[in-house]
Amino acid sequence: MGEKKKKTKLTLSRKRSMKGFLFIVPWLIGFLWFYLRSLIMTFQFSLSDLTVAPGGGYTLDFVGLDNFLYAFRAHGSFKQVLTTSVGDMLIDVPLITFFSLMVAMLLNRKFKGRTLMRAIFFLPVILNSEAILAAMKVSASMMMGGLSSAGAEVAESVSSGVSVQYYVQMFSNLGLPMGLVEYVVGAVGRISDIINASGVQIIIFIAALQSIPSSMYEVAKIEGATAYETFWKVTFPMVMPHIITVVVYTVVDSFVNSDVVTLAYNTAFSEKNYGLSSTMSIISTVITCGILAIVVRFIQKRTFYYN
Amino acid sequence: MDKVADATKKKPENDELVPVNPKGFHLKKMDVNTKSKITEGFKGFFLGLFRWIVLIGIAYVILGPVLGILARSFFSDADNYNTMVYMIPQNPTMERYEIAWKTLNYASTSVSTIIYSITLMIIQVLMCSMVGYGFARYDFPLKKVMFAFVVVMIVIPTHTIMLPLYMTFANFDIFGIFGLIMGSSPNLLGTVWPMYIMTFFACGLRSGLYIYIFNQFFRGLPKEIEEAAYVDGCGVWHTYFRIMLRNATPAAITVAIFSLVWQYNDTFYAKLFNISDSVLLSKRIATLGSTVGNVYRIYDPNILQLYMDAGIILVMLPLVIIYVLLQKQFIEGVERSGIVG
Repeated sequence: MGEKKKKTKLTLSRKRSMKGFLFIVPWLIGFLWFYLRSLIMTFQFSLSDLTVAPGGGYTLDFVGLDNFLYAFRAHGSFKQVLTTSVGDMLIDVPLITFFSLMVAMLLNRKFKGRTLMRAIFFLPVILNSEAILAAMKVSASMMMGGLSSAGAEVAESVSSGVSVQYYVQMFSNLGLPMGLVEYVVGAVGRISDIINASGVQIIIFIAALQSIPSSMYEVAKIEGATAYETFWKVTFPMVMPHIITVVVYTVVDSFVNSDVVTLAYNTAFSEKNYGLSSTMSIISTVITCGILAIVVRFIQKRTFYYN
Repeated sequence: MDKVADATKKKPENDELVPVNPKGFHLKKMDVNTKSKITEGFKGFFLGLFRWIVLIGIAYVILGPVLGILARSFFSDADNYNTMVYMIPQNPTMERYEIAWKTLNYASTSVSTIIYSITLMIIQVLMCSMVGYGFARYDFPLKKVMFAFVVVMIVIPTHTIMLPLYMTFANFDIFGIFGLIMGSSPNLLGTVWPMYIMTFFACGLRSGLYIYIFNQFFRGLPKEIEEAAYVDGCGVWHTYFRIMLRNATPAAITVAIFSLVWQYNDTFYAKLFNISDSVLLSKRIATLGSTVGNVYRIYDPNILQLYMDAGIILVMLPLVIIYVLLQKQFIEGVERSGIVG
């Protein structure tokens, strides 16, 4: 009897897992069909020397790890570009995450003109997308007014007589640690970049804040929690899973727009060195995935899920 | 009995603290109440003020370039070279819009682009939410490996998958079936089909990210909802469609907005699959400047720029309108908040 019971339980759970598998089958087919092939091809390219045949098509000569060794030992700028890209990423991610959470909380309150404000904060999402960005690139170079880029900002700060160096000096004289001062000054200098890079994150956070049941806030109010306590005990834990999403998106976004990807792209399509380009893509993708795995695991440990 | 005695004992202590006069006692209590009300009012006022200052400051940084473009799109040639003119044109003209409208073939192209983006958006939301739900709520062998592949899909730079995708759709075939029926495998490049096929298999533009968003949202929902549904005799699919998807409305709207905007503005896949200019606005805006220059014989890049500005505003407009409409759903989501279905 006991055995029989166990057996039926097993098949039930297996049945359930089968049903769950059905949900992801379309994606699995798509992945195997469209992505796996390109992953294998990229890997293959990275291990070989690719020459494009004159009539179309290509030939591969297996060279082993030569491309990897070349990228790290001999290539002029790859290492530098890689480290600066990763460094920028690590600086930007916490700034953008906290900034967008703050703005989302401001926008989530009820106030007059909220629709207008939300529409304005949505604009960076449109402005940062490819087609408009390409069209804007031409216009940005001719734009005189407005804060269109970090370059314009620097020019403006010079013309308005505000010297960044002066503030750095002042704060370091106050005895603040130099690393912190440079981080803050760098963040302030890039404020327009940060604002423009956090449109997507703000929308994700607004959705997250709205999925918190209002009964939780009622309970907190009845229990006499202050606004500060409500934030740390209700809002923050409930938003935590979405902080992971935002971090993942921010890391990927800053990676996709980083110089490493541009370098890999140029190596492939201007220098026609597909093998080296694939190597660069693989190295940077692996590093980004590694960073993601560490960060996500770190946050996930502190995250509350229902199951 | 003891309690009563205690109460009587405590009374003298209380009397020491509050004025003996009952009227005075009453007054003092009122005072405290109004005081707290006043401080709260002040607090609310300053918090509101602070919020507005921060929001307006940030909004200025965002709006600066957009306002510049908007203003310049009304500039006439003379305004453009008049250094006295800033933001407000002296001789405003609609000519930029007229020509940009004609060159973009705006009426028909924008409608077809919106139809294209909205149909893809609906497929994205349905497929990605399904996959995200499968990952969030079920256990099956190799789940972790598969989810790692979703992350790889998000991270991998798009140009690395260009070549295989191009080859797949240039000779589109499923196990040689089409080749057997029609004699040769069809070339799908130049049509919109590759995009629909990829999106249907949850591998479209940034699908990995949408799967991730849905996964996180479904994980954040309490399990009791589903259990209640099962107890009430709901099947798996019914539970997903009628209950889980409705509870994930904020996520669905978020994904819908992103998918719409990115699809609308996508140039990468549009170029890769060589989708025709008459379908997509994003491809037209890229060539607007040179087309206007060639057709209307305008050789001054500064003047051409004004046409580009008008074009950018025209391209952005539908998205802003759709967002404002969709975000009303957002607000309704709050009022309904909590568990529904």
